[in-house]
Amino acid sequence: MTSRFAFTRRAAIALGGALMLAGGPALAQETVKIGLILPMTGPFASTGRQIEAAAKLYIAEKGATVAGKKVELIVKDDTGTPDVTRRIAQELLVNDKVSFLAGFGLTPLAFAVAPLATQSKTPMIVMAAATSSITEQSPFIVRTSFTLPQVTIGIADWAAKNGVKKAMTLVSDYGPGIDAEKAFKDRLTAAGGEVTGEVRIPLRNPDFAPFLQRVSDAKPDALFVFVPSGVGSQFMKQFVERGLDKSGVRLIATGDVTDDDIVDSMGDVALGTITTHHYSANHNSPENKAFVAAFTKAANVRPNFMAVGGWDGMHLIYEALKKTNGATDGTALVEAMKGMSWTSPRGPISIDAKTRDIVQNVYVRKIEKVDGQLYNVEFSTFEAVPDPVKAGK
Amino acid sequence: MLTILFDGIAYGMLLFVLAAGLAVTLGLMNFVNLAHGAFAMAGGYATVVLMNRFGVPFLACLPLAFLFSAALGLLFERTLYVRMYERSHLDQVLFSIGLVFMAIAATDYLMGSSQQNIHLPAYLQGRITIGGVGIGIYRLFLVVVCGLMALGLQWILAKTRFGSQLRAAVDDRRVARGLGIPVVKVFAITFAFGSGLAGLGGALGAEIVGLDPTFPLKFMLYFLIVVTVGGTSSLTGPFLAALLLGVADVMGKYLVPQLGAFIIYAMMLAVLMIRPQGLFARGR
Amino acid sequence: MLQSNPAPQQDAKPVLGPAAFLKAKAAWRWPEFLFWISAFALILLLPNRHLLLNEIAILGLFALSLDLILGYAGIVSLGHAAFFGVGAYAAGLLTKYGVTEPVSGLVLSGVAAGFAGFLASFMILRGTDLTRLMVTLGVALIFHEIANRLDWLTGGADGLLGVAPGPILGRFDFDFAGTTAYVYSLTVTFLLFLAARRIVHSPFGLSVKALKDNRLRAATIGIAPNRRLIAIYTLGAVYAGMAGALLTQTTQFVSLEVLDFARSADALLVLVIGGSGYLYGGLIGAIAFKLMKDTLSAMTPAYWIFWMGFILVILVLIGRDRRMAGLARPFAPLLRLLGARRP
Repeated sequence: MTSRFAFTRRAAIALGGALMLAGGPALAQETVKIGLILPMTGPFASTGRQIEAAAKLYIAEKGATVAGKKVELIVKDDTGTPDVTRRIAQELLVNDKVSFLAGFGLTPLAFAVAPLATQSKTPMIVMAAATSSITEQSPFIVRTSFTLPQVTIGIADWAAKNGVKKAMTLVSDYGPGIDAEKAFKDRLTAAGGEVTGEVRIPLRNPDFAPFLQRVSDAKPDALFVFVPSGVGSQFMKQFVERGLDKSGVRLIATGDVTDDDIVDSMGDVALGTITTHHYSANHNSPENKAFVAAFTKAANVRPNFMAVGGWDGMHLIYEALKKTNGATDGTALVEAMKGMSWTSPRGPISIDAKTRDIVQNVYVRKIEKVDGQLYNVEFSTFEAVPDPVKAGK
Repeated sequence: MLTILFDGIAYGMLLFVLAAGLAVTLGLMNFVNLAHGAFAMAGGYATVVLMNRFGVPFLACLPLAFLFSAALGLLFERTLYVRMYERSHLDQVLFSIGLVFMAIAATDYLMGSSQQNIHLPAYLQGRITIGGVGIGIYRLFLVVVCGLMALGLQWILAKTRFGSQLRAAVDDRRVARGLGIPVVKVFAITFAFGSGLAGLGGALGAEIVGLDPTFPLKFMLYFLIVVTVGGTSSLTGPFLAALLLGVADVMGKYLVPQLGAFIIYAMMLAVLMIRPQGLFARGR
Repeated sequence: MLQSNPAPQQDAKPVLGPAAFLKAKAAWRWPEFLFWISAFALILLLPNRHLLLNEIAILGLFALSLDLILGYAGIVSLGHAAFFGVGAYAAGLLTKYGVTEPVSGLVLSGVAAGFAGFLASFMILRGTDLTRLMVTLGVALIFHEIANRLDWLTGGADGLLGVAPGPILGRFDFDFAGTTAYVYSLTVTFLLFLAARRIVHSPFGLSVKALKDNRLRAATIGIAPNRRLIAIYTLGAVYAGMAGALLTQTTQFVSLEVLDFARSADALLVLVIGGSGYLYGGLIGAIAFKLMKDTLSAMTPAYWIFWMGFILVILVLIGRDRRMAGLARPFAPLLRLLGARRP
């Protein structure tokens, strides 16, 4: 493919370092550009907004200069369409000469760009997309969000320990949903439980009634759910409307369903739901308190797990630049990122040196009222969980 | 089983309320108004704002949502839509899609991009059991409200003076004007009424199908499907079609969930293959 | 949508024989040369925007394929992405499983899409515009669902990985700045345009147009409507499939979005902006549409869609001449030179 040409070109840039980057005349303070590609319009717009706000907040708080370089953030909207993401990434690399690609709201968007990262040897920070295999697509991909199996096995363990023998799964019928379904089933079966039924819901589906009726007929001990974050509130309401909460079916889910962005507006129907995830705005640490306060002030909404992915992505970029003293050679930057660990608003996290994927605590949470608002309140922790799919290999 | 049948009926009724306004504009006025969903969304958001910020009770919100969307519809009809009646369908499509884009971005700007929720009053929540059949109270409420509305609409259209004026104006504008029917006024009122219905549908539907800025695009397909399958020459057509599609969709997803997403589309294709004018169209 | 009183095609000129008439209609006009020369000149003039230009060329070709069925045969479609998607997936799968040479992949993808179009064409023979809109839409939605379902083959919602096309004709590698991609897409678009131009000016093309203007009349003078509609619809599908294949090959990735409703709607918007029925509408519309989108979304990434809608509304309200499906009035003479219908 293009690799030979691209290789020499990027190598030249790397060798000539910053001199070539700025195109010559700028001398005293060079700029490091970060291309942030996000879905800012369309059904996944809220993902983009959260990440953008977090990234901007990070720069505002830590200053726009790191290791003697000025950091410039270029935000682009890809509308959630992979071919557009790829074109934008390519243009950012060719025309704007960005040193980092970041963002990537959905799995296919990250997949489409992965070959570009390899060819141009540019670090690619995945801040949202959660399919396990993304980091395997290029040695330049580093992830600061999470993987679905990573947060799913926790809830399976919790269920097994809390007397769930027969469970059903209900997931959205697309990549991440099927990932979650499989991870849950494998883990629960290994722990001696049983998955008695699997229901997959089309993505474009306005009414949950028929699927919930199946669950209601089967009467499992628990129902495991994964739906993309926006749909969670409808699901929750209809679950309660069908009387499933009273008939003894426990609702367990990944934190996507009870996203911080919308959990408070779900109302009391959501109370008591058990989920596992890597971040809650209610996480009790000084770092998180400061983060939530600053974010709420800047963006006027509660930060969710997308925001914290964006925040940590920026942190990773800053720290890597510090380690390389501002050099923007892609290989050196990724090397610098490997094995890095720090305390994020979500708790202690690190980048696995081997897989370049995130290792983090996964928390078991319950929805409770705190100061009149609904929060995911953490009550138990699985520490330093790697991505189980890659760890199992 | 009966529960699922009832759920299907409720869902169908909801589809009807959402699509009824479109059946009026597209079917009766022959105007392709893809921005129909935007008026529904306006009604939904009006309800959210009234309930969550001003504490207006849910039942009082419904007529207010109707009025809000109707006023919005009237405003747009007088300023913009009125210029579009005589244009080709393609122009109308382009124009109304433009409006949809604007509505999406404006809503996003004003209200944020995340899901909005309304909180039903306690007496509409929960379930009752009638003869062993579990029925959601809110769904029952939907069926009653929508059923009454369908009857009311049919009555207005078939029995009132306004209804006959409208039918005349639609059939032949020029002759109707010659007969002294205030065509412009009739169209404006009808359009506003159709938008109001959409707003009411948005307010009623927000609880079940959700509400976010992409609503007008997400549900445009469903409106169009209901109206085409039902046929555009009456209101009974879309009504029966909505019921049929609602029941088939819900039952189908219950019985064969693997085929879930295909059912409604396949049904539409099948109907249109056999009856291109729609299921319940009279020959024109 | 069907105009019952078609505008007269020619002024009162001396009556030409049929062959001469066809020839006169098919003659090249100078703005057409200008158009294509500038398109190729952009290879050198705008080296920074080759990726965007590539996207424009592909969207232009896609809109052109819609123009063939809408502008010439009068078939409205809200589901043209179905064939774009079939072509895109066919190209992706071919590349992945052996046929890495792009041109042969392109041709085979076109054939695959054409086959799908042929099968689907039987469903659009009856009914009104609205029925057709919904039938085409339904077909596209079902294709979308099928592609999602066949995740072992298509990669489902995650997209198809490992699409690595080889050099074009064994010689030209795709490069990082998108130059090869643009040259390739533009050349394919140009060649297909030439073919389309020949076809619409052939007796077959005219007979299809006659169907659009008045089906009954055409039938009485011995034009078999159904066979011609099937033929033109299949052709449109082939074109759309090739546009899809170009997208796959130049972006080296396929995902469900190629079958998205938004893609069908975009093509229709592009065509309405550019005007249908003279082949250049799709290309001009694609340029306007993409540039508009690119500029606006660079200015305001989150709310560009508002201004996009605003421009569309304004365009319809004031800019468009009522009778001529063309661009703004000032450009009308130029468009006429390109072969647009007279107002």
